Amino acid sequence: MQNILSIITYWPLVGALLILFFVNKESSRAIKTIATFFTGSTFLISLVLWFRYDRSSDAPIFQFVERFSWIPSIGVDYFFGIDGIAMLLIVLTTLLSFIAIYCSFTAIEQRQKEYYVLLLMLETGMIGVFCALDFFLFYVFWEVMLVPMYFLIGVWGGPRKLYAAIKFFLYTLAGSVLMLLAILALYFYNTSGIPFLGIAGLGNAPTFDILKFHEIGHSIPPEMQFWLFLGFFFAFAIKVPMFPFHTWLPDAHVEAPTAGSVILAAVLLKMGTYGFVRFALPILPDATTSSRIMIPVVVLSIVGIVYGALVAMVQPDMKKLVAYSSVSHLGFVMLGMFALNPMGLQGSVLQMINHGISTGGLFLLVGIVYERRHTRMIAEYGGIAKVMPVYAFFFLVTTLSSIGLPTLNGFIGEFAILLGVANVSMVWAAFAALGIVLGAAYMLWLYQRVFWGPLDNPKNNELKDLSLREQWTLIPLVVCMFWIGIYPKPFFDIMEEPVNYIVKKVEPNYFEKAGIQYVEPPLMEGHEQPAEHAELHAVEGAR
Amino acid sequence: MAIGEYLWLVPLLPLVGAAINGFRAAYAKGEKSKTLTNGVALGSTLLSAIIASFAAWRYGLAKVPYEVVYWDWIPAGLGNVAGGLLGNFNVELGLQIDSLSITMMMVVTWIGFLIHVYATGYMGHEKGYTRFFAYLNLFMFMMLLLVLGNNYVVMFVGWEGVGLCSYLLIGFYYDKTFAADAGKKAFITNRIGDFGFLLGIFLLFNWFGTADYTKVFALAAHDPLRFEGVATLLCLCLFVGACGKSAQFPLYVWLPDAMAGPTPVSALIHAATMVTAGVYMVVRSNVLFRLSPEAMLVVACVGAFTAIFAATIGLAQNDIKKVLAYSTVSQLGYMFLAAGVGAYTAAIFHLMTHAFFKACLFLGAGSVIHGCSGEQDMRKMGGLGKYMPRTHVTMGIATVAIAGIPPLAGFFSKDEILASAFFKRFETLGEPWSWFPLVLFGVGMLAAMCTAFYMFRLYFMTFVGEYRGAAEAGHGAHAGHDAHGHDDHSQGHADDHGHYGGAPHESPWSMTGVLWILAVGSILAGLVGFPLALIGKHQPTYFQSWLEPILLPIGGHAFHFHEAELTMEVILIAASVAVAVIGIVIAYFFYKADPSWSKPKQLAAGAPKLYDVLLNKYYVDEIYGATVIRGTIVLSLILKWIDTNIVDGAVNGVRHVTVLIFGHGSNLVDKYVVDGAVNGVASGAKGSSTLLRRMQTGVVQNYALVMGAGVVLLAVVYLAFEVLGKMQG
Repeated sequence: MQNILSIITYWPLVGALLILFFVNKESSRAIKTIATFFTGSTFLISLVLWFRYDRSSDAPIFQFVERFSWIPSIGVDYFFGIDGIAMLLIVLTTLLSFIAIYCSFTAIEQRQKEYYVLLLMLETGMIGVFCALDFFLFYVFWEVMLVPMYFLIGVWGGPRKLYAAIKFFLYTLAGSVLMLLAILALYFYNTSGIPFLGIAGLGNAPTFDILKFHEIGHSIPPEMQFWLFLGFFFAFAIKVPMFPFHTWLPDAHVEAPTAGSVILAAVLLKMGTYGFVRFALPILPDATTSSRIMIPVVVLSIVGIVYGALVAMVQPDMKKLVAYSSVSHLGFVMLGMFALNPMGLQGSVLQMINHGISTGGLFLLVGIVYERRHTRMIAEYGGIAKVMPVYAFFFLVTTLSSIGLPTLNGFIGEFAILLGVANVSMVWAAFAALGIVLGAAYMLWLYQRVFWGPLDNPKNNELKDLSLREQWTLIPLVVCMFWIGIYPKPFFDIMEEPVNYIVKKVEPNYFEKAGIQYVEPPLMEGHEQPAEHAELHAVEGAR
Repeated sequence: MAIGEYLWLVPLLPLVGAAINGFRAAYAKGEKSKTLTNGVALGSTLLSAIIASFAAWRYGLAKVPYEVVYWDWIPAGLGNVAGGLLGNFNVELGLQIDSLSITMMMVVTWIGFLIHVYATGYMGHEKGYTRFFAYLNLFMFMMLLLVLGNNYVVMFVGWEGVGLCSYLLIGFYYDKTFAADAGKKAFITNRIGDFGFLLGIFLLFNWFGTADYTKVFALAAHDPLRFEGVATLLCLCLFVGACGKSAQFPLYVWLPDAMAGPTPVSALIHAATMVTAGVYMVVRSNVLFRLSPEAMLVVACVGAFTAIFAATIGLAQNDIKKVLAYSTVSQLGYMFLAAGVGAYTAAIFHLMTHAFFKACLFLGAGSVIHGCSGEQDMRKMGGLGKYMPRTHVTMGIATVAIAGIPPLAGFFSKDEILASAFFKRFETLGEPWSWFPLVLFGVGMLAAMCTAFYMFRLYFMTFVGEYRGAAEAGHGAHAGHDAHGHDDHSQGHADDHGHYGGAPHESPWSMTGVLWILAVGSILAGLVGFPLALIGKHQPTYFQSWLEPILLPIGGHAFHFHEAELTMEVILIAASVAVAVIGIVIAYFFYKADPSWSKPKQLAAGAPKLYDVLLNKYYVDEIYGATVIRGTIVLSLILKWIDTNIVDGAVNGVRHVTVLIFGHGSNLVDKYVVDGAVNGVASGAKGSSTLLRRMQTGVVQNYALVMGAGVVLLAVVYLAFEVLGKMQG
C-alpha cells in the first residue's frame, strides 16, 4: 500500500513497454489483450484509492504520500500524494482509459501496436499529473502527456490531422512555457529572490514542493502574484479551454480518433481546471481574489458558457457540436471555481467528473455511428431511432446527462455550481443559467435531427444497432450518470475537506467571519503544521 | 405503520413499472406480450393509487403533516445567508404529506390509473405499446415526486422529469416531423421557465439557507418583514417557472403543439396533471406570495389575460384537440387568477374539478377520434351521438361541467374564483385603482362565456346533426389536412378493424368505462366545495377547511377566506350562470338550430381580419419564430463566423507571425517539423525505435520554437506594463 500511487501511475507504462518490446506488431489480438488487461487492472487498482481514501474530518488532506529526494542539488523531490479531488480525477482517468482502449478494437486497424502503446503511455502521463506534488515532477508529467496525444491525433486522425495535431501541441506548449516561467519565479522567490527584477527572496531551502508554496502563498507580494497568476492562467486556460483560447479544441476533437476525443474531453481538459484548483488558487490567493483577476476570469467563463452553447447550436458536424458544448460546460466549471466558496468549488470539481462521463460518452457515441457510416454530418442522419433503438436510448440518456436533467449527474454539478455562484452574485448566476436553456436547445435539436423524423437517407436503413461490446463501453458511464445523479453524497464526502482546504487558503476568513470554528486536520500523515496555517472543518460554531 | 414507512412506494412503484417495461421495449425481441405490459403498467399504478389512498386515509384520521427524509442529496457546503450568517446548504431527498400534497397525489394516482386503463384500449394497435406504457409510468413517478417532495429542489426534479416524459410522449410518433418538433418545443419552452424556477431556488438559499418547505415557510411566516424585500423577486422567479410548466402567457405556445402526442397523453399530462404543476407550486408557496402583493397582482393579471386570450383562440379552432388544448390553457389561467387574488384553495379546487372534466373531455375526444378512424377535424364529424352513445353522454356531461352550469363540478370551482376576484382588494394599487379587481372579475366572466360557447360549439359540431365525414372514403388519407395535432392513429387502427370508409363506431368498454367514471366525477367533485353561505352557514367550505393547514398565519395574522353575504353570493352565482347560459345559447343558435352554420360563417366573413387572427392564434408562434428563434440562430451563425475567422484567425495569425520572426518559411516548418514528426511515423517508421527517435526530434524543435516565442511574448507584455506603470506613476 506504500507505493500505490506509483504502482497505478506506472502500471500502464509497464504494459506499454511489454507491447513495445515483446509483442509482434502483427499479433493484434495479443496487443489488444495486453492493453485491455493493463488498463483494466489499473482501473481496479485505482479503486483501492476510492475505498481506502480516508474521508473523516481529521484525516490528512493529502494521503498515500510517497516522497524521497530525487535531485537534491536543486531541491527536487519525487513527491506523490493525492487529496480527494485528485483521487476522483485519477479514478475517472483510469476508467476512461480503459473504455478508450476497449472502444478502439474495431475502430483502429492500422499501426495497432503503436496506437495501444501510445494510449498506455498517455495514461501514465495523465495519472502522474494528478499524483505529483512536486512542481518539477508535475511539469515532467504534464509534458510527457502531451506527446502521445499529439501522435494519436497526428497519426490516427482525420483528414486535417496534421494541422490539428500541430495546433494542439503548439498551443498547449505555448501555455506550458509561461507556466514554467511562473514555476521558476516561484522557486527563486522562495529561495534567493529574482535578482534581475529586484525581488528579494524568502531565503528558504530550495524546493519544488507544491505544499510549501501553498504555505507561502499569502506572503508573495500582490503585484508578483498577479504576474505569476497570468503565467499559470495562460497555461491552464488554454488547456481548459476557456474562451478565447478554445479554438484548438474543435479541431483536435474533430480530427482525433474516437478514443483520442474521449480522453481529450474526459481527462486532458481537466488538467487545466485541476491546475487552477491545485496551483493558481491556493498559491496565489491574493491575485485570485483581486478584482483584476477574478472579474475577467468570471466574465470569460460566462462568455464561454453562452458563446460555446450558441456556436455549438449551428455546427453541422456532431463532433464539433460536442466539442463546443465542452467549451460551454468547462465555462461552468471555471465559474463555479471562481465563486470561491465550498458550494461552487465542490460543484466545479464534481462537474469535472460529470463532464468526463457525459461528454466522454457523447464522443464514444458519435464514434460508433462514425465507424458505421464514416460521416459525422448531422444532415446525413435522421430517424435512426427506428433502426438503432438501443443506440438511441444510450444517446438519449447521455444527452440528458449533458443538459443537466435532474436524477442524472450533470444536474448535481450544475446545481452546486450555480448555487455557489448565486451566493456571490445573482447576476452571474442568471447569465450562467442561460447556458442551461441553450444547452437543452442545441442537444435536443441534435437529438431530433439525428434520431427522430423520417428515416429518409437510404444509407441509414441498414445501420446495425449496438453490439454487446459497444454497449459495455457505455454501460459503466450510464451507471455513473445515475449514481452521481441520485446519490452523489460519497462524492461530496470525498471533496468536502480538500475543497474547504482550498477555500481556506484563498479566503482565510471565509469560515471564521461567521463564527464557525475549524479544527485543523494535518496536511499529510506525520506532517507538523504551524498553527497559523490552520485549517478546516466545521464544528458548528456559536451563531 | 407510520406513513413514512411506505410513502416511498407511491412514487417508486410506477418507476419499477417503467423500468421493467422500458427494458422490455428496448431489448425484448419480437412481439411483446401485451398482457405482461398491461400487468406491469396497470398493476404498479393501481397499487400505487391504493397505497396513496391508504396514506390519505391515515392522514385524514390525525391531520398531522408528515415529513420523511431519505438521504442527504446535495450537501453542497457552507454558504452565506442574508443577514451575515453562514448556512449549510444541503438538499435532502425527502417526501412529505400534508393536505395539499394528498389532494394532488390522489388526483395524480387515480386519474393516472384511469387513463392507463383507457390507454390499453386506445393504444391497442400501436407498435410502441410497451414503450408507451414505460413512458407513462415514468411520468407517474416524476409527477408524484413533484407533488410529494419536501423541498423545492425535489419539486424541481419532478418538474424537469415530467418535462422529459412530456417530451418523450409528445414525440411518441417520433418519425413524424411535427411530433418531433412539438416535443422539442415543449422541452425548450419549459426550460425557459425552469430557468426562472432555478433562480428562485437560489434566491431561497441566499435568503433562507434552505429550500425545505417547512423551514422556509416557518421563517417567512414568523418574520415577514425580513423577507418582504426579496419576496417579489423570488415569487416572480418562481412564477416564471410556473408559466412555463402551466402554459401561461407568454410561454403557453408549447401546449397546443403538444397535442401531437397520443390522446391519453394529452388527457393525463397536458390537461389533468402535469400542466397543473405550476398552480401547485404557487399554492404551495402561498406564504411567500402573500408577502408580496405585487407578485400576486402579476399572477392574477397573467392568469386573467391567459384565460381570455386562450378562450378567444378556442372560439375559432376546428381541430377537436386544439379546442380542448386552448381550453386547458384558459382554465389554467383561471387557476392562476384564483391564486393571484389569494383564493389558493379555489385554485386547487378548480385544479381538481378540471382534472375530472378535462380528462373526460380529452378521453372523449380520443374516443371520437378513435371512432372516426383518426379524424380530428370537427367539420368532418357531426351526428356522432347516434353512433357513439356512451361517448356522447359522458362528453356531454363534462361539457356542461366545464361550462359552469350548477350543480356540476366546474360551476362551484369557477364561481368561487370569480367571487374571490370580485371581493379582492389589492393593497399595492392604492385608492384610485380600487376598481381594478373588477376588471379581473369582468375578464373572468367574459372568459366563462367564451368557454361555454366554444365547448358547446364543440359538442354540437361533433355529436349533433348529420355525420359529415361519411362522404370521404379513405380515412387514412388526411392529405392536405393540417398535419399538426394528428395522432396518426388512423392507419394501424383502420387496418386492424377494417373500418375503411365505414361508419363511426363506439369505442370499447376499457375506454368508455373510464369515461363514465370521469363523468360521474365531473358531476360530484364540486360538492366538496359547496358554498355553505347558501344554506346560511358562514364558514369555509369543506374543501377550504381541508386545505387550511397550508395557509400559515403570517406574522400572527390568520388567513381569511372570503365570506360573502347571502344576497351577494346569490347575485354572483346568478351572474356566472347567466353568462354561461348566454354562451350556450349563442352556440345553440349558431351550430344547432341552423345546420348550415350560416351565422358564424357570416361573422367570419364580416370581419375576415379578426377571424384570421383568431384562427391563426394571434400569430404568436410566427412572432416567436421571427424574433426569438430566428434571432438566436442568426446570432449563433454570426458567432460561428467570428469563431472561425477572428478568434481562430488570431491564433493562426500568431502562428504565421511567430514563424516569420524566427526566420522559417512556413514551408520549412511544414517540411521538417510537421512531416518530420508526424508523417515520419505515418509513412515509414521502421519499428518502434524509429518511432521514438522521431518523437524526440519533433518535440525538441517545437519546443525550442515555442519556448522562444513564449519568452518573447512575456517580455513584451512585461515591458508594456512597465511602460504603462511609468506613465501613470
